[in-house]
Amino acid sequence: MSSETKKILTTDGTPLEESLKKAERKNKIKAFMLVAPLLFFLIITYVFPIGEMLLRSIDDRMVSKMLPKTYVAMEKWDGKELPSEEVFEAFYLDYKILVENKTAGKLSTQLNYEKNGFKSVLKKLARKQKKFTEGNYKEQIMAVHKRWRDVDYWRAIKRRAPEYSYSKYLKGIDMYENEDGNIVQVSEDRRIHRILWTRTLEVAFFVTVFCFLMAYPIAYLLATLPMKYSNLLMICVLLPFWTSLLVRTASWMILLQQQGIVNDFFVFTGLVADDNRPEMMYNKTGTYVAMTQILLPFMVLPLYSVMKTISPSLMRAGKSLGGTPFVTFFKIYFPLTIPGIGAGCLLVFILAIGYYITPALVGGASGTLISNQIAFHMKSTLDWSFASAMGLMLLTGVLAVYWIYNKLVGIDNIKLG
Amino acid sequence: MSKNEQFVRFDKVDKSYDGKVLVVKDLNLDIAEGEFITMLGPSGSGKTTCLMMLAGFETPTNGEIFLETNPISNIPPHKRGIGMVFQNYALFPHMTVYENLAFPLKVRKIPKDEIDKKIDKALAMVSLSEFGQRMPAQLSGGQQQRVAVARALVFDPKVVLMDEPLGALDKNLRESMQYEIKHIHESIGVTVVYVTHDQGEALTMSNRIAVFNDGKVQQLSSPDKLYEEPVNSFVAEFIGENNTFVGEVKDIDKGQCKVKLENGTEILANPIRVKTKGEKTIVSLRPERAIIDPKENMQNQHKGKIEEVIYHGDHTRVRVNILGNSQFILKVPNSSARMDIKLGNEINIGWDSHDCRALDPK
Repeated sequence: MSSETKKILTTDGTPLEESLKKAERKNKIKAFMLVAPLLFFLIITYVFPIGEMLLRSIDDRMVSKMLPKTYVAMEKWDGKELPSEEVFEAFYLDYKILVENKTAGKLSTQLNYEKNGFKSVLKKLARKQKKFTEGNYKEQIMAVHKRWRDVDYWRAIKRRAPEYSYSKYLKGIDMYENEDGNIVQVSEDRRIHRILWTRTLEVAFFVTVFCFLMAYPIAYLLATLPMKYSNLLMICVLLPFWTSLLVRTASWMILLQQQGIVNDFFVFTGLVADDNRPEMMYNKTGTYVAMTQILLPFMVLPLYSVMKTISPSLMRAGKSLGGTPFVTFFKIYFPLTIPGIGAGCLLVFILAIGYYITPALVGGASGTLISNQIAFHMKSTLDWSFASAMGLMLLTGVLAVYWIYNKLVGIDNIKLG
Repeated sequence: MSKNEQFVRFDKVDKSYDGKVLVVKDLNLDIAEGEFITMLGPSGSGKTTCLMMLAGFETPTNGEIFLETNPISNIPPHKRGIGMVFQNYALFPHMTVYENLAFPLKVRKIPKDEIDKKIDKALAMVSLSEFGQRMPAQLSGGQQQRVAVARALVFDPKVVLMDEPLGALDKNLRESMQYEIKHIHESIGVTVVYVTHDQGEALTMSNRIAVFNDGKVQQLSSPDKLYEEPVNSFVAEFIGENNTFVGEVKDIDKGQCKVKLENGTEILANPIRVKTKGEKTIVSLRPERAIIDPKENMQNQHKGKIEEVIYHGDHTRVRVNILGNSQFILKVPNSSARMDIKLGNEINIGWDSHDCRALDPK
């Protein structure tokens, strides 16, 4: 077959391909109209916010917008010695406007991120500059505070010149760009994010493992028990699923606290002494227990839906062919449930990696995860761009897991129900 | 080599699932070595339960099953060495055909080269030699079925059980598979216990057929005997086509009885399940044993009116109203001589008293 093959025509003479397209166009439009609301919904609620988040995480225009003249003047400055009078004048003019508009606080917060100690010198400058006389601003500013004579502070301002920066991402992994432009780690006692990242991965991993270990037998029972029992069991699985997340977490707090039911039971059975009650909450144990229980249905349901499709005659066939129940299970049943295992593990891992409420409530200091840190920056420090950067790093992590899963198992092998 | 007549033996086997209803009642059945025996019956008659008990997936509530004189009720299925072909084939979907066949050999720890030899032989037997590396989903229904048969035979089991294996195939394929399974059985001489509800299948393939109904074996005999000489009205009606008359025994004497039908006519019949005068009976007659315009002096000759004529190609089915039975069927071979078979015509119908069997009234 080559391109020389005659074009097939319909009875009225138009090429077949063309008339087929024409005939299908209506259907295509109809189909598009059907998905259009969802498409717009997705764009508005998903694509747009994520794009916004990405921009925010690298957007560093806040300072450069507040100090436009300064940055123009700084362009010629090489950053080695103190800047020239021009820069000082521009800075004075920019800062004057900020003080008049009462937005100087934002600048001091931003610059303080860059270098500690900015807040106080800027405040002092705001007070003193009202009395400044025209000309020789360099001397006047340097007289306000000795830090203005330190070239490091001016370098800090200059570092904020680019409109976009990846500094927030560096901060997310406890690194920063120092005065010389090298990327270095922060001092050891301040590396909190890396601990949080490893802990998040660790918790997500073990929660996934625990969920799998508990969900597999449950799903097997659900799929093999006669209808009247399996329905009851299904309700037992779904009932917590329908209960509010907060209620479930709170009930775990009641159970796990030191004077709680589980501890009372341990003491009652003599497992532990009354004055030596183990701490099961406000640490990782609490996070593990509560998250495993809460995420369990997400493992049970995909497993169940896959197991439901496995014909019981396969196990019988395996046995009749001479396989012991053990061999039959691992050679025949287990491989057939892998799509469900993959779906369940992926789902639970992805949910666990970004889990927030439960670790916030039962995690305590040693059981909080990266999402709690993100929330902290969203709500308390209002450093949204840092929160966005960490959110995106989390998203990248999830996508990486997804990619690895696709390489190992194949995403078309997944079965959610 | 003398064949063991009691290779498999069901001894007074009862089975109940819920403690209220007996699915299998007092089953006694001997299966000879190398025999092809079919359990035939309507659904719910207990035939599959019997097969499952033999395979080991169900335990008898009472009684014992013997395989080569060994009781096997307490042996788990994987130690019984019984091959099984399932209704939906039950091929392992994640394994290739080769791996499917290798499974029973691998669990028996047979060396690799021997496994290859056995699989080659088994695949050649079902003429699928080229298909070893295919996945089951890439095969047609008939091919999957053949793989299932090969897998059940590859480890040389003593007995092979088949649970309605052809149920999912279309008619033509089913017929060719029937012959294929029959030929495989003949060539390797394995004992086959086959379950089906399709009587045509049972008649074509089996050495003997056990007709099940209501948890009991109604009749156990060769296909021809089952068809020609059913012992009760259930078997007569279940196997093949059957014309029946309901009546009462008027007279009984030396292999012949007089039965008075509901419309008052008396006919001569062969007493099978009736012994005394006054008994109620159902008289059964195969359609092909009734003849139109009987030349010789047949004992039973009656007039009937044609109510329906259905053309079947090689023969014509004629529904006749005769002796108060409007469902009387005749099979007339298609020949140019019979031009008077038309709707509404009256014809003479006759049959031998020996062919018309007076059975139990149900």
